[in-house]
Amino acid sequence: MKTSSDPLVSASRPPPAERGVRAPRWRRLRRDPVTLAGLCAILLIALAAALAPWVTPFDPDDTNPEIALQPPSLSHPLGTDLYGRDQLSRVVAAARIDLLVPLCATAIAFAIGASVGAVGGYVGGWADQVVMRIVDAVMAFPAFVLAMGITAALGNTVANVVTAIAVTQLPGYLRLVRAEMLRVREMEYAEAARTVGNPTWRIVFVHLLPNCLPPVIVQASLAMGFALLTMAALSFIGLGIAPPASEWGAMTAEGADQMVSGEWWLFLFPGLAIVVTVLAFNLIGDGLRDMLDPRMRGVR
Amino acid sequence: MSLLEIEDLAVHFATEDGPVEAVDGVTLDVRAGEILGLVGESGSGKSVTAFAALRLLRQPGRIVGGAVRFDGTDLAVLDDAAMTPMRGARLALVPQSPRTSLNPVIPIGWQIARVLRHHAGLDAAQARRRTYDALREVGIPEPKRSYGQYAHQLSGGMCQRVMIAMALAAGPQLLFADEPTTGLDVSIAARILDLFRELRARTAAAIVLITHDLGAVASICDRVAVMHAGQVVEIAPVRDLFRHPVHPYTQALVRSIPRLDRDEPIVAIPGSVPALLRPPPGCRYAGRCNWRSDECCGTRPALRKREDDRRVACFGVEAGRVPAI
Repeated sequence: MKTSSDPLVSASRPPPAERGVRAPRWRRLRRDPVTLAGLCAILLIALAAALAPWVTPFDPDDTNPEIALQPPSLSHPLGTDLYGRDQLSRVVAAARIDLLVPLCATAIAFAIGASVGAVGGYVGGWADQVVMRIVDAVMAFPAFVLAMGITAALGNTVANVVTAIAVTQLPGYLRLVRAEMLRVREMEYAEAARTVGNPTWRIVFVHLLPNCLPPVIVQASLAMGFALLTMAALSFIGLGIAPPASEWGAMTAEGADQMVSGEWWLFLFPGLAIVVTVLAFNLIGDGLRDMLDPRMRGVR
Repeated sequence: MSLLEIEDLAVHFATEDGPVEAVDGVTLDVRAGEILGLVGESGSGKSVTAFAALRLLRQPGRIVGGAVRFDGTDLAVLDDAAMTPMRGARLALVPQSPRTSLNPVIPIGWQIARVLRHHAGLDAAQARRRTYDALREVGIPEPKRSYGQYAHQLSGGMCQRVMIAMALAAGPQLLFADEPTTGLDVSIAARILDLFRELRARTAAAIVLITHDLGAVASICDRVAVMHAGQVVEIAPVRDLFRHPVHPYTQALVRSIPRLDRDEPIVAIPGSVPALLRPPPGCRYAGRCNWRSDECCGTRPALRKREDDRRVACFGVEAGRVPAI
């Protein structure tokens, strides 16, 4: 074992190209323009949201009756609404809440669903059965009706909208992580983790949970798009983000009122913003799935 | 004084048709610093015995009787809270398939360092340094580079070395090696066995080598326990066992080893291991044995001490019916 001519040693040395796991993934991403486009779109929207107070040409909440309902022009590229607010500023400003709410809801659902699902899947027993039956009951509700019920009952504040979306998404993560955990806990590295004396919590959260995550990450990116749609739909029917805050769903609803009188720009641009963002999340989700699913490797 | 004394251990696996008596009345002892070979056919209960001693049996397996005395403590009845910190720190296991026993998403060095931090109470920097030493001790070159590598970047032999390093990291007194050379090609298997021999010389750890490779046993073990159908039929020092096997099953095993130096035909053992669901009441080898009597079929023979350091469970041997070879 002291000489470098040992066959074991040379067998274990990977060729330089294989070092690290991230490099090949990044190369795959570069070869996948569709996913890359989705990623760029999200980054751009996120950047606009972050810089909204500095990049919007007007104050998004500043009303001016003199310029109400103006069609797109050079000074107001996306037109103005019923109260004379600049539509471009509002669409950009709305990106903040329209990204933050799905992000928070997904993060909460992910965190709770992954921890409860992981423990339930690993430990099992009656507590796991009780949790799963509750999850079954929640899943029996149509997700949107459940979200409507929660915001209608609790009041339509931002926190309640986040809660409502998180609750509708929770069962998905919980089941997914639990199913993965049921598979992973039988793996030999789980056995090995037990043989070196790890306490149960560390086996679950440090050794096994990371092995459950790839499908959950794909689920999360697809769920981001769905969360945004749910929020926009809630706002559209008046149970989401309350006016006068800028929010794409609420803006689309306001615009829909003006549609018959011909002010098409009012519903079109916030609607487009929703479509582009949801599409971008879905493209990223699909791309991630292809990247993380070993069966898809090398297909493209 | 033995480090580990397994006495009359019974492990049953509950099935719909009744309990499968995978291990039934196993008695053996492991002395400090020795390498004990545990041999037998597949399904003879070798691994189950080790897993029971470590209290790692999964449902539906359960210890239903007997004692596992390790350094004065009976592990068979120890509660989980007291057992968990013993694993890794005082008793360790080198698992059967090294590659799949390493966590695929955690760098190997990190996995070893974790054991050190947990059991030896080292801080991150000390654990990292000790991990380099541990990797070097099992013959992994460039430990600093290997530290950050993942299981899929290593060969099978290297993974086995990592598993051994991990099992030994916290300085256990007893190491179970569950078929450590299975799945490795002969030259790498030989190096792994060399490594065990070297470890025995350097550390005071006793090693239980579970294997069906009699060649490996002959080359590194001090004593051998032969298992058949969930029972130990003979324990003896390795030279005595291979030169003068006493139990009919051991005799048949030794005769089934191909020899280059003698022109003898290889003799296969007739029949197969009896089903362990409702096994016959007497000696479990009786159905395959040429020297069985009525007594063998009705009563189970106990492991009895014979001359020197040998114990055998056989009525035929006691009655002098079985010829020596």
